[in-house]
Amino acid sequence: MEFDNFLRIEFFSRPENVGLARVTLAAFAAQLDYTITEIDDLKGAVSEAVSNAIIHGYGNDPDHVVKIVAYLREGELEIVVEDRGYGIPNIDEALRPGVSTVPERLGLGFSFIKSFVDRLEIISDPGKGTRVIMFKRPGSQSSDARTN
Amino acid sequence: MTPEIDVLDSTLVARLQGELDMQVTDALRSALDQALNASGAKNMLFDLRLVSFIDSSGLGVILGRYRRIADKGGRLAFVNVEPPVRRVLELSGVLRISTEFQDEQQAIADLAQGGLA
Repeated sequence: MEFDNFLRIEFFSRPENVGLARVTLAAFAAQLDYTITEIDDLKGAVSEAVSNAIIHGYGNDPDHVVKIVAYLREGELEIVVEDRGYGIPNIDEALRPGVSTVPERLGLGFSFIKSFVDRLEIISDPGKGTRVIMFKRPGSQSSDARTN
Repeated sequence: MTPEIDVLDSTLVARLQGELDMQVTDALRSALDQALNASGAKNMLFDLRLVSFIDSSGLGVILGRYRRIADKGGRLAFVNVEPPVRRVLELSGVLRISTEFQDEQQAIADLAQGGLA
């Protein structure tokens, strides 16, 4: 087996599902020995990634599907948040704090995620969608970001 | 999410509750805008005692309203910031442009004097 446990959920791209995703992933993550702060960080990261999928991936159209797959692998959690929406034309720009394509958005979503998890990967195909992949191990402090 | 809003000594006091994510941003934004328009309050004080979660969507609403009052020299302040919320306020730099007070009374008195942040 490539992983020790996994979770897969799919839901409509609706604001009320952001909280659902957050608590579901937090419950799944509780299988590892995270501190309360680390669980809060995971909730924050999931919230940002799912909100991005709804707002930027699908332009707030509520009838699309956001998919989350999470894996527990050798004491590490990997969370993949996926949409089949517009995609991100310029990932480097999207990662820059304070840059948002939507008025009154702070452009802090990816900055927050980078602070909340150990490692962030973004795979995006304009017109086809985006996968935000986040890794976090209990007790780790480091944080970096890679893009594809 | 219905915020409890009062205006005391030219400060709009918003007691927020629950989880401040994109599910509640529209309602929160319009409640705050309406109160700001009706009162003409100069400063804003957020009591976050009952807020258990905030992300960049929720923060965007607070900062968007702050921009409105900042143009007229108004100040942004907080009381009762709990740890998960504090982390987000710190990460975003919001605590650097606002003032944190021990309690509401102290905040309102200080803000009414027009002291510097």
